[in-house]
Amino acid sequence: MRWLLVALVVIPGTIGDVLNSAGMKRQGELDEWSLRALGRFGWDILHNWYILVGLPAMALSFFALMALLSTTTISFAVPATASSFILETAMAKYWLKEKVDWHRWAGSILVAIGIVLLAL
Amino acid sequence: MSQRVEQPGRPIPTADTRSYHLIVKTTIVALIVMATNSFGNYALKLGLSGGAGVSSWAPMPYIRALFHPWVIVGVLLMLGWFLSRLVLLSWADLSYVLPVTAFSYVLSAALGITLLDESVSQVHWAGICLITVGVALTIFTRPGTTPPTGSEVP
Repeated sequence: MRWLLVALVVIPGTIGDVLNSAGMKRQGELDEWSLRALGRFGWDILHNWYILVGLPAMALSFFALMALLSTTTISFAVPATASSFILETAMAKYWLKEKVDWHRWAGSILVAIGIVLLAL
Repeated sequence: MSQRVEQPGRPIPTADTRSYHLIVKTTIVALIVMATNSFGNYALKLGLSGGAGVSSWAPMPYIRALFHPWVIVGVLLMLGWFLSRLVLLSWADLSYVLPVTAFSYVLSAALGITLLDESVSQVHWAGICLITVGVALTIFTRPGTTPPTGSEVP
């Protein structure tokens, strides 16, 4: 059951993150910090289909993480889900067409390994 | 929202000032993302280990767990994390946001060492060093590499 929970954390979490990123890139940059601009930004988020589809995926990942943390130790849960860093960087490069140079690849891989070591 | 309208009487920002503003706002929002994530996870862990634990597929234990005070605090902080992350993703790449905000793991470890007097093994120090190097490698790249209108996004 715990590996099923790991899959439910990683796969919907990755899909949700990629959809959120695609949605926010379509929506455009928040470059004003007035209440009116923030309100309009929030309103646009509520009408952004990428975010609206990504949110349930993130929620599923979140509840699966809650269940995983309840049933296993952090030293298992955190390293097992750290693979999402590599998966999401690959999705960012090939699906979102981001320019992922060696700095970012190395950064993601080092962070993922570091998280595994922190949880041991 | 991404199209800025220049107003009469206001100086037109130069490339240097735009770059400075980008660094400042990226740093501030990334710090908010890291803080809400660290404290949110901490509150959720307190709530889930304090009697609100769930270990089955039935929906009711999950719904009941949501009413535990620490879980409520954790969920509110995670909502703040989600929204601040969306704001950051509005100008920064996902492949930039992921490693940079992972510095929250180092912050959590530092909180444990300083506030909770936790001991840190050599393996943990190695992990902290690797994350810090990973963040440093990423943070000096340009935050956004795709057009702001997202015209190339599928």
